[in-house]
Amino acid sequence: MRSDAIVVSRRAVLAGSGALIFSFASTSRLSAQQQSPPNPGGAPPAPPPLPGSLSKTPFLDSWIRIDADGAITIFTGKAELGQGIKTALLQIAAEQLDADLDKLKLIAADTARTPDEQYTAGSHSLQDSGTAILNAAAQVRALLIAAAATRAGIPAEQMKTEHAAVVAPDGRRFGYGELVAAEMLHVQASAQSPLKDPKAYQVMDRSVQRIDIPAKVTGGAAYVQDLRPPDMAHGRVVRPPSYSAQLAGVDTGAIEKMPGVLKIVRDGNFLAVIAEREFQAIQAMRALAAAARWQETAKLPNAADLPAVVTGLAARDITDLDRHDPGGGAATALTALTALTASYTRPYLSHGSIGPSCAVAQLKDDALTVWTHTQGVFPDRAAIAEMLHMPPDKVRCIQTEGSGCYGHNGADDAAGDAALLASALPGRPVRVQWMREQEHAWEPYGPAMVAKVKASLDAGGRISDWDYEVWSNTHSMRPGTAGSLLAARHLASPFPQPEPKPIPMPEGDGDRNSIPIYKIPTARVIYHFLPAMPVRVSALRGLGAHVNVFAIESFMDELAASIGADPVEFRLKHLDDPRAREVISTAAERFGWSEKWRRVPGRGYGFAFARYKNLAAYCAIACEVEVERSTGRARMVRAVAAVDSGQVVNPDGIANQIEGAIMQSMSWTLYESVTFDDTRITSIDWASYPILRFADVPDEVAVHIIDRPGTPFLGSGEAGQGPTAAAVANAIADATGHRFRDLPISRERIKAAIGV
Amino acid sequence: MVKLNVNGRAEEVDADPRTPLLYVLRGDLKLNAAKFGCGLGQCGACTVLVNGEPVFSCVTPVALLEGKQITTLEGLGTVDKPAPIQRAFIAEQAAQCGYCIPGMMMRAQALLQKNPRASDADIRAWLEPNLCRCGTHMRILRAVRRAAEMMQTAQAGDAR
Repeated sequence: MRSDAIVVSRRAVLAGSGALIFSFASTSRLSAQQQSPPNPGGAPPAPPPLPGSLSKTPFLDSWIRIDADGAITIFTGKAELGQGIKTALLQIAAEQLDADLDKLKLIAADTARTPDEQYTAGSHSLQDSGTAILNAAAQVRALLIAAAATRAGIPAEQMKTEHAAVVAPDGRRFGYGELVAAEMLHVQASAQSPLKDPKAYQVMDRSVQRIDIPAKVTGGAAYVQDLRPPDMAHGRVVRPPSYSAQLAGVDTGAIEKMPGVLKIVRDGNFLAVIAEREFQAIQAMRALAAAARWQETAKLPNAADLPAVVTGLAARDITDLDRHDPGGGAATALTALTALTASYTRPYLSHGSIGPSCAVAQLKDDALTVWTHTQGVFPDRAAIAEMLHMPPDKVRCIQTEGSGCYGHNGADDAAGDAALLASALPGRPVRVQWMREQEHAWEPYGPAMVAKVKASLDAGGRISDWDYEVWSNTHSMRPGTAGSLLAARHLASPFPQPEPKPIPMPEGDGDRNSIPIYKIPTARVIYHFLPAMPVRVSALRGLGAHVNVFAIESFMDELAASIGADPVEFRLKHLDDPRAREVISTAAERFGWSEKWRRVPGRGYGFAFARYKNLAAYCAIACEVEVERSTGRARMVRAVAAVDSGQVVNPDGIANQIEGAIMQSMSWTLYESVTFDDTRITSIDWASYPILRFADVPDEVAVHIIDRPGTPFLGSGEAGQGPTAAAVANAIADATGHRFRDLPISRERIKAAIGV
Repeated sequence: MVKLNVNGRAEEVDADPRTPLLYVLRGDLKLNAAKFGCGLGQCGACTVLVNGEPVFSCVTPVALLEGKQITTLEGLGTVDKPAPIQRAFIAEQAAQCGYCIPGMMMRAQALLQKNPRASDADIRAWLEPNLCRCGTHMRILRAVRRAAEMMQTAQAGDAR
């Protein structure tokens, strides 16, 4: 995954049109793409890398198309997941093109039409796609100005652009549509772009209403669930009752005769039905489930002692950090006043999408089309093509919004199910939606994790050494190969599950955010990567950053408390980065952190901070939590967040994401845990997997955005997950005097510790 | 044949009378707003109004609904002519993925039709059965509050 920050060229802005140097490459698209991969080791000096996803997809017309009638279409390989990305990307394009936002069209994540930007994940969308579109749009605008200048015989620097037209000083207007000639935009981007001065922004950096919301609040066709192509049939899958269950037998005779049933598909442990109508498919699925005989094996680990299970798995150790104080450790040890040790844990967590996963697929003339809410159309296509033994170019995946996913939920598996059923019923579109219990039991969970930390403070109240270990599975078992799809693993000739791999630092997965951002002279961080996955896992919003920030930021409070230091002051004392400091002081001030005398009995204040992945958005959260001693119920009363996401595109969009992160992470922190017995997952609905409800919603949540005009975009979609968990835990510790280190901090745990 | 009245229109649907209303709304009448969330009456994504009361359409067989007035989100307003609650949700940008939102809006509509002066505490308590996973709760509460104010103003200006 790419992580290098983009450079918004201020020089190009200042130099104006003088910096317009384009590589009008006459090379074909193919040869250009062959040139584009990075050239490791010993090669002649490479040209400067192109910004964002332009590095992989360098042609301007891959991102922006202008038709002769003036219609402008923007292309992105990233998908709308409810995070508002479509609107933000169009804001960027409108700003740099000088075109009206409401006249732009966006095509997102379609293997037949858009750039391959892999997954929409890791808070990368603005960094990758936003940066590509920012630069492509600026370069397209310059090309149009140059074309108009030639036509008008007026120097380019005297031309202006507005409302998708180039305007000459004499008032002549040249619409973009009339300027654009064949192949004019089929040129490779150059490394530098004539970007606008952020001070002149009219569309970016302003709150804009999201383009997708009107349809969503009026019953428009907004989701893959809403697709109804003519002649569509409905599929339902009977999933095994447990991971390793084997289908011993099923008598399908009576079910084949049920009303509307078109076909029963059985292949190994994959059992499904296709019917004319949706409820007919559900009734037949239930009958099939009742008729199926499964052989199950007790293979799940001991849920009652999950931390011991996690730390007991065979590990591959990765040293993420081994820093020694050049001043010598002996002196540190001598002056060390306090040494603390603590261990923090998280159970498996469910994505818990409100809408179970869904997909529609159709096999027609040997070509398969799949409409899916996947986060990665290209990897999903590769997996589906492999499963069906089809050439990838005969499979097209079109991303169509679904319910929010927050990572790798059942989306890709449902796409695989639909693809398999569509190939069993050629010609007809087949829609598959999972049932609630299927989503809850089969989605790949956020892994259970354990983190242990040990640190010493010197006589000056500074952390002198730090020792951190984290145990985790991989956080990405996403498709790319067929073995990532449930259906493919259940076939009579099953595809093997791919080998789990850790995501390398600096992004990391289980070790994401495991390196403390604070100034600590001697520090060691070990990632115990656990290849064995007794429970199905993959990416959940924030990956390991949720636990690592929960652990580090809880422990910072424990260290501060051990010497009677204020938690905010203690953090600032260990930070030089001015942006980190500003985020922390902003959250503290807006919250009224120093007014601790205002505190109410039974309530506590909590604070936490992180820079996501130590390279994306900065986020600090202060919150107040009330704890009811008689019941153990903890409720966040109010929260204040401060966030620095670099150049802001849609301030309200960032606020919406951070508010959502606070609510969702609070829910993870206080209520959530996947449960299982020795054989089956037992948290299979909202009664057995409770989440946040309105009674526990705070009175007030405020998000303050620190804008950094002209700086790189920093992804913010996942920045709040870790800080929220720690801020809540710290507030509960403040309210109760008791430190909770195991998630969730449930009523039962609070009551057991402090109950009356 | 099952006879239903949906959004003021008489509909005849050829469905098994045991079919939950949700599948008839989505499959036969091609209405998108009510969503399948759990099929268990636990999340509220499928909420519609029956004679003005919120109902989980995923667990309500159509056989029980003959002669009753069914209202879905589509029956309140359109993109071009949105109802107060729709305008309020747009104004507050009260959606992330938006999948739970139609159910939230219908449940809130039932409250505000009866009592546009509902307090913040009333609104919170009333929305308790509905789940949102994106964490849009604060905006949903603000949108319902805004809709209540719009409906109060409308009521003051128009006695209907």
